[in-house]
Amino acid sequence: MAAIGPTEFTQGMARRKWRGRAFHGLCLLAVVMALGMLAVLLIYLVLQGWARVNWEFLTSFPSRHPEQAGIHSALLGSIYLVIIAGFVAFVLGVGAAIYLEEYAGRHWINRVIQVNISNLAGVPSIVYGLLGLEIFVRSLGLGKSLLAGGFTLGLLVLPIIIIAAEEAIKAVPSSVREGAYGLGATRWQTIWHLVLPQAFPGILTGMILASSRAIGETAPLIVVGALAFVPFTPDSPFSRFSALPIQIFNWTARPQAGFHEAAAAGIIVLLVVLLAMNAAAVILRNKFQSPPEG
Amino acid sequence: MVELAGRPPASSEGYRRSHDWRRRLPERIIGFSLLLCASASILTTVGIVSVLIFEAAHFFGQVSIFEYLGGTRWTPLFASKQFGVLALLAGTILTAGGSMVVALPLGVLSAIYLSEYAHDGVRRVCKPILEVLAGIPTVVYGYFALLFVTPLIRGISENVAVFNGISASIVMGIMILPMVSSLSEDAMRAVPRSLREGAYALGSTKLEVSTRVVIPAALSGIVASFILAASRAIGETMIVTIAAGQNPTFTLNPFIPIETMTAYIVQVSQGDTPTGTLEYQTIFAVALSLFVITLGMNSLSQFFVRRFREVYQ
Repeated sequence: MAAIGPTEFTQGMARRKWRGRAFHGLCLLAVVMALGMLAVLLIYLVLQGWARVNWEFLTSFPSRHPEQAGIHSALLGSIYLVIIAGFVAFVLGVGAAIYLEEYAGRHWINRVIQVNISNLAGVPSIVYGLLGLEIFVRSLGLGKSLLAGGFTLGLLVLPIIIIAAEEAIKAVPSSVREGAYGLGATRWQTIWHLVLPQAFPGILTGMILASSRAIGETAPLIVVGALAFVPFTPDSPFSRFSALPIQIFNWTARPQAGFHEAAAAGIIVLLVVLLAMNAAAVILRNKFQSPPEG
Repeated sequence: MVELAGRPPASSEGYRRSHDWRRRLPERIIGFSLLLCASASILTTVGIVSVLIFEAAHFFGQVSIFEYLGGTRWTPLFASKQFGVLALLAGTILTAGGSMVVALPLGVLSAIYLSEYAHDGVRRVCKPILEVLAGIPTVVYGYFALLFVTPLIRGISENVAVFNGISASIVMGIMILPMVSSLSEDAMRAVPRSLREGAYALGSTKLEVSTRVVIPAALSGIVASFILAASRAIGETMIVTIAAGQNPTFTLNPFIPIETMTAYIVQVSQGDTPTGTLEYQTIFAVALSLFVITLGMNSLSQFFVRRFREVYQ
């Protein structure tokens, strides 16, 4: 091995250190660019749409005239959809999580369902739309209704709730269950009176995150048959419907600049709703993060 | 417990039996209902697969699978119908590939910064903010692509069409960036400190530790994050529907209007295509292809995580 003189070593070291600093800068640049794009996106939206966000915008029906167009029916549609989807996903998801964590044990069905859930989470949302179209709209005869849309979104967010509820139930220490069993409680009494109350904040957090996913979904609702122009308030679960993302999509696709402003205003409303929901989830998580006494 | 207090058992054997029965029946019913809930996720999968196969079977009864997989022209809505899915697949590959060109370098470099360079406080602030990018509804990105990025690109070159693959790719890259950065960062942070300390003790710089120790050790997780992000880009719908056009073209030219598989499904769904027609069945055939591709990629990513995971004690 050739000996390296002190000069070569110093030069080599300087080069390596310079490269290191350049790489550090490059990595920092990547983060700054990513955050910068988020900033550009948000600033652009506010600039485009802020002037249109007011009470009238929230309470007006869509219109052919961009300056009169509002999101009343779309917002109501989104709220109803999230309620239906949330209910379906909550019942099925929490039930499934309780079964998987407390009943199934190491049974093979547990593994099958776990693999299945992780695969379902990767299915493109538009494919759920086709499922909803064929099963809910056509086979079950619900038509292009709020119920069909809500059920479709419910199945779409089901994996999110199952995974969150499983985590929350897993976090309840087993000493709690053993104590209850020791006093003669049945499995369900233990779950209902001890496990679920402790797991509830975690489940609720998952529930909020799932709802915020459901509220932003567009593609499956288009396939299920959401309307872009709904000049009435949906009055029954079987009513035809619009949703906020559908309205935004429709306005974006039109050529008039006035509709683009309305779309930006709709996006601001949508993002504020999402922000509020996620903030609620974070607050909830922090509030209940203190370890349960067990 | 309470109801038993005032009632002395006739015989301990009889008490035990009736008590067992009354305690066990509701337990059985509850257990069974919970099993039903758990099977809902299986039923969803069964439903998706059977719906897609059922309708696609009708489609392939009329169109040969070789024409579908080998053709390069896709015109099911025109008078002269041609069913070459390669035209749609090219659009999907172009936009998904373009988004990976944006998301890969930015995502991996961000992950290295957050995992190796950033102070803990910076990391705890930056990571959730980056993840906000993944939580923004895709229709918002579509708006941004069509009305902000496209005019910007057309300002540089007049030859770019209003609907094009490149602005959809760039914006989709921003959307999937946090997927790459967060999952890669998790993988890098799972590399034990002792490996880094060993390399530092031998005189390595931070760059050398990052690229020659941390990245190789975390490679399975990083590759898995790439595949997941690509699969997400392939299934992404609204950005490409809004910004890339509805013009199925067998090309990889990012400056002209194209159409992806997902955008085609939206296009047909927006119209009033009667159920049972060949046009209606095409969207199920396209969706089945989409489902197979994404399922394959997700399985591949899980395989990578499992097969190549370095297990540290």
